[in-house]
Amino acid sequence: MKSIVSTASNFMHKNKLWLLLAIIAVLVILPFFGLSSYLIRVLCMIATYSILALSLNLITGFMGQTSMGHAALYCIGAYAGALFSTRLGTNFWISLIAAIVVGALAGAFEGFVTMNLSGSYMTVTTLAFAQVVTMVAQNWTSLTNGPLGIKSIPRPTFFGIELTTNNGGLYWLVLAFLILTVLFVTAIINSKMGRAVIAIKEDELAAKLMGIETKRYRIAVVAIAGALAGVAGCYYAHMSRYVDPKVFSFDISMTILTIVIFGGLASIPGSILGAIIMVAFPEALQFLSEYRFLVYGFILVIMMRFRPQGVLGGLSKQPYKLPAGVKSKAREAAAQAKEA
Amino acid sequence: MALLEVNEITKVFGGLTAVDKVSFKVEPGEIVSIIGPNGAGKTTIFNMLTGVYKVDNGSINFDGKAIHNTSPQHIVHAGIARTFQNIRLFPNMRVIENVMIGNHINTKYGFLDEVFRTPRFRKGERECAQKAIDILESLDLGDQIDNYAKNLPYGMQRKVEIARAIATNAKLIILDEPAAGMNPQESEELMEFIRSLRDKGHTILLIEHDMNLVMQISDRIYVIEYGKKIAEGLPAEVAHNPRVITAYLGSGGISKDEE
Amino acid sequence: MIAQQLVYGVILGMVYALLAVGYSLVFGILRLLNMSHGSVYAFGAHMALMAVTLTWGLPAAFIFTIVATGVLNVVINNVVLAPLRARNAPNITLLISVTGVSYIIQNGLMLTFGSTRMPFPKIFDYGNITIGGVTITSTQLSILIVTLLLFAILFLITNCTKMGLAMRCSSQNPKAANLVGIDVRKVVTFTFFLSGMSAAVAGYMIAGYYEMVYFTMGTAAGLKAFAAAVLGGIGVLYGSVAGGVIVGIAEAMATTFLGSNYAEASAYVILFLVLLLKPSGLFGKDNLEKV
Repeated sequence: MKSIVSTASNFMHKNKLWLLLAIIAVLVILPFFGLSSYLIRVLCMIATYSILALSLNLITGFMGQTSMGHAALYCIGAYAGALFSTRLGTNFWISLIAAIVVGALAGAFEGFVTMNLSGSYMTVTTLAFAQVVTMVAQNWTSLTNGPLGIKSIPRPTFFGIELTTNNGGLYWLVLAFLILTVLFVTAIINSKMGRAVIAIKEDELAAKLMGIETKRYRIAVVAIAGALAGVAGCYYAHMSRYVDPKVFSFDISMTILTIVIFGGLASIPGSILGAIIMVAFPEALQFLSEYRFLVYGFILVIMMRFRPQGVLGGLSKQPYKLPAGVKSKAREAAAQAKEA
Repeated sequence: MALLEVNEITKVFGGLTAVDKVSFKVEPGEIVSIIGPNGAGKTTIFNMLTGVYKVDNGSINFDGKAIHNTSPQHIVHAGIARTFQNIRLFPNMRVIENVMIGNHINTKYGFLDEVFRTPRFRKGERECAQKAIDILESLDLGDQIDNYAKNLPYGMQRKVEIARAIATNAKLIILDEPAAGMNPQESEELMEFIRSLRDKGHTILLIEHDMNLVMQISDRIYVIEYGKKIAEGLPAEVAHNPRVITAYLGSGGISKDEE
Repeated sequence: MIAQQLVYGVILGMVYALLAVGYSLVFGILRLLNMSHGSVYAFGAHMALMAVTLTWGLPAAFIFTIVATGVLNVVINNVVLAPLRARNAPNITLLISVTGVSYIIQNGLMLTFGSTRMPFPKIFDYGNITIGGVTITSTQLSILIVTLLLFAILFLITNCTKMGLAMRCSSQNPKAANLVGIDVRKVVTFTFFLSGMSAAVAGYMIAGYYEMVYFTMGTAAGLKAFAAAVLGGIGVLYGSVAGGVIVGIAEAMATTFLGSNYAEASAYVILFLVLLLKPSGLFGKDNLEKV
């Protein structure tokens, strides 16, 4: 059994690119299989939560700072997008850019406030931040319309075509966002910045003493996460065409955090898998009706007991991927041994 | 002019003067050791040198510039890198990544280069990885690059820490009790290793409480007791200094440097 | 007017303080944010409701509530958390586990007691006292007395008993405590019992005060009390009490002068400001990291 798993994982590792392309191809043609508009909507929500989870994974999985208030950035992005589209009448794409910028600024602020905090203090501050954001959304009635929320947000358009769940447009849109997010996160993690960020998780002081500007990175990472949450928020606002403060409650923050941990801290595919499970599960468990959150609780507890690193978490057993053109004697020796 | 010049630095914690007007110098290409019993203030000196603590009084000049009371990052950029008494590698990162982090400040590409994978990014990453491998190979750690730091034996972790410090392009590497937790034979080997670093052109400042260990390899030694410098000179001179003998053996001849 | 609001704030603050102390007790020893505490408090309120409706009389109902809730907390520790600690699981694993526990308790309550708000009888209802224009109901007064009494007991336990000494040792350094012969597991179990007990008292008091019990009652109160604990310096008991009172007063003042919508978040605004100025909370110790 073990050997089958390891053979499979080796196979997947070797053919990663092809597998990915195949998966993307399947995802792209999915709407043509006549899925119901309900199912498409579920898929859209999975993708939205995947983006949110990837965004939080930067902060929690890679940088090691547990945030229990990620819905705040999601909320800010959603309101920014919604307000631009309804108040200023900008088209979706301008609103999107606005949501990204506002989300990044909000993230930078959150990062700035929390850059000296660690552990539980960081966690509770993010929670407080989210509560304050919800309060502002509730009470700044002249801007946000308070608890009534913002209604009739126009759907996104693409070259004049309105994107809906029926024509699959909303699905392709969020799929594109998700793919771009994955590429973006992968790019920054596999770089100097990614190493620095992981070093902060591992040992912040040691990182500082290696010359890494830890505070600057802590602000930057939350700002980037804010920009991504802005994308998710703006998309959500235009998909559901309605936002109110209750949509971005503490439960949503915990759901995003749970997705990240469930899928695997610091695992990019993990965040997506986590979103699939956490979003699809309550939907699939509808027959359990009022028992489903009980089941959800048990799943969390049991998961943490038996696979705390998450479904796809844990350290990679594959050799480190050296950049092209780097020479290592050990690698050359290993290659020769393989030939012989 | 000396590479490192420390002039009468003082550090007070509450009412306790942990370091009292200590001065010393390190010339390029030397191994200089600061020794003293446990609790003498050696690590406090190191923490001031590397910017972890502020200096209450006095100055630290490195390479002709004052570096005291700047930031740890500034000091790494100026050219001082350190290791830790209790090894502080990044445990869940690979050996090569640990060393690449040492090279972080010398990797010159920006955020947009990362995102768009520009040639500048690829060149930077290639050089960074190659440099890490070269350093590791020169320290006989070339076959460890894929291992996670936490899985290495203790002695090897110590060497990776030194490799990480070297990767910063430091002009001065400071080692905080590198032999801590090692048996006599391992310590002996480590001292040989440190000597070989000097022979490769590195300048080294060493903190150690075990005097015998550093005798063989140090060019000069400073002795600290209760935060004050009590002796300095060549190893042989220091070893015969009566104050040093008292500090280490106690006036009654009973060793009190071991806790 | 302000004096009246101050009284409301202090009473409310006392209950937050009770909950905050529960967070602090556990945090002090395990460095764990016990996210299930709010649900445990809701559980306590439901137990109180059950005991009271079965007409066991107030004292018996009170004791039953405390014991049942304390035991629940011990079960959470022994069944869910102890195995994780034995494996040296990282903090975030424990955090998610207690979040799961919180879902289980909350939804368990919903399934057992239903999802509607249930009335709770008035406790200690003997009329009002008016001093200099400030009116205090006997319920408020008894809340004040009971919480003060409970704090006194808690402080006595932590400061004057052998178990309290063991608790303080274990919170400073569990390994060293183990080495000198303290049964840290027992200490943790006891701490969880105390924490559950304080949640039960809070549940009982609040249920009696608002004359209402419902399964989600722990969510908002739990989070606010948690903010209060951190605000005062989590792990420091008197800090948590101070934090709770500050949050209570702030909330009462915000309700009067800004409206109830702002009141909900006043705890977090204060927390935010305090942590900006003092990252370890009002009475928390700044720990200088050793190199």
